Amino acid sequence: MSILVIGEHDNTALRPSTLNVVTAAKALGSDIDVLIAGSDCQGAADEAATIAGVARVLKADDAALSDGLAENMAPLVQSLAGNYSHVLAPATTYGKNLLPRAAAILDVQQISDISGIESEDTFVRPIYAGNAMATVRSNDALKLITVRTTSFEAAEFGGAAPVEDVSGGIDAQLSTFAGEELTRSERPELTTADIIVSGGRGMQSSENFAMLETLADKLGAAVGASRAAVDAGYVPNDYQVGQTGKVVAPNVYIAVGISGAIQHLAGMKDSKIIVAINKDEEAPIFQVADYGWVADLFEAIPQLEAALGANAS
Amino acid sequence: MKVLVPIKRVIDANIKVRVKADNSGVELNNVKMAMNPFCEIAVEEAIRMRESGTADEVIVVAVGPSQSQETLRTGLAMGADRAILIETDPIPEPLAIAKLLKAVAEKEDPGMIILGKQAIDGDNNQTGQMLAGLLNWSIGSFVSKLSIEGSTVKVTREVDGGLENIDLAAPAVITVDLRLNEPRYASLPNIMKAKKKPLDTHTPEELGIDVSPRLEVLRVLEPPGRAAGVRVESADELVEKLRNEAKVI
Repeated sequence: MSILVIGEHDNTALRPSTLNVVTAAKALGSDIDVLIAGSDCQGAADEAATIAGVARVLKADDAALSDGLAENMAPLVQSLAGNYSHVLAPATTYGKNLLPRAAAILDVQQISDISGIESEDTFVRPIYAGNAMATVRSNDALKLITVRTTSFEAAEFGGAAPVEDVSGGIDAQLSTFAGEELTRSERPELTTADIIVSGGRGMQSSENFAMLETLADKLGAAVGASRAAVDAGYVPNDYQVGQTGKVVAPNVYIAVGISGAIQHLAGMKDSKIIVAINKDEEAPIFQVADYGWVADLFEAIPQLEAALGANAS
Repeated sequence: MKVLVPIKRVIDANIKVRVKADNSGVELNNVKMAMNPFCEIAVEEAIRMRESGTADEVIVVAVGPSQSQETLRTGLAMGADRAILIETDPIPEPLAIAKLLKAVAEKEDPGMIILGKQAIDGDNNQTGQMLAGLLNWSIGSFVSKLSIEGSTVKVTREVDGGLENIDLAAPAVITVDLRLNEPRYASLPNIMKAKKKPLDTHTPEELGIDVSPRLEVLRVLEPPGRAAGVRVESADELVEKLRNEAKVI
């Protein structure tokens, strides 16, 4: 088995999702290359070279690849794929945008969002918002796979792989990057945080969401939200946890004013400990919560903050 | 401009799915079916484009069993002009669907194809990106804002870090995210009118597309369950349990 991992990065540094995908690759074989495709991406390539267990880093450095546009990236993946049995990418918006296009031009039926590996051709993946787990075997000679990052530990650093230049990216002249509005935060990233404080429709306003941020900062936590809270405009889209948003699996997920629709549970039910705070004791979130507290969140949150402060070790 | 809107018939989003006793799949018999919610958003966007004069015809396309006609009629009742069914049972994998849609696109020559970013049954999130790849068109995936300026399609995409703006050369494939619009309900008169709108049926064989599966589903299981835990009565009790029992903070 020889495996190509498509590294996710911002040219200067790796995104943590790459580390989870390398761990998935290790379950398939030991001959693992990481592709760093970008522009002025030496920094990201050097970082990828230090992931333990990586054989080679392939660096494709081209202005057309600077923004990860699928139209320019997919031909590069296509040109490299012939050397591999598996091509893996994270099931993040980056991987989900790119890999199906590469799969289509390679005539491969991609396997999306795998959460388990049974053998070189057999994988487990959630379907129906995680309400069923399908075990599927691929009959394609080449496997293209996106990996659910929360299902695989992050690979460790400590390697020293060589970095080799490759070419193959093209400017397809189909699309142009025209800017971004990224959420800037000092808090941990949602998908890798150990603790998440998440709010739902019950927060009632974006001003009230600030209460959760204070609590999150006290815990060193990331802040998430349900679809209802995002749709209502309380927080930006990148806070959304759920079937079609982010999938998270922290040590503690504190759901505040979230009723617990199946679409939301799909994104957080693999959390180690779930805490639910909701004034509606019938809310479905209590059925999956390890610790449920039936309380008005506007009273509960300040009390929780005080209790954390009082017990600070 | 013609707009093509591929749509899918899936289990209604509000229904709790049940895994079949023989673990061969999910129970679909006697279960309420509906249009995939992301597809509704795609249909809505296309109809708005026609209402604003950007598009002049909206064609809904479904790939699936004959019952998918109901889903197409829903699209027609929302306001699409005509419908195409590629009849095949079971619904093929995303790559085969993309190939069928490519064949339809080559026949119809649309200026844009708008579809949902993901169907809530297989949760694959592949078809639109694959279709764009097969057609060698630009792709705007996970779109929450869309406008057309000359031959450029300007999109805002929902990405993990926030929002990203991309300019696409037309013709483009667009996959829609939740916040693009709020789909309308079909009114009763429009549901009646939709019954008379044209609906053509084709087969994969007519289009010359092989839809045989590449993946074999070995089994489908219930996910590991999560039992409800305990109730706490106060903040102090919660903090104590998180610190000393769960040891997670």
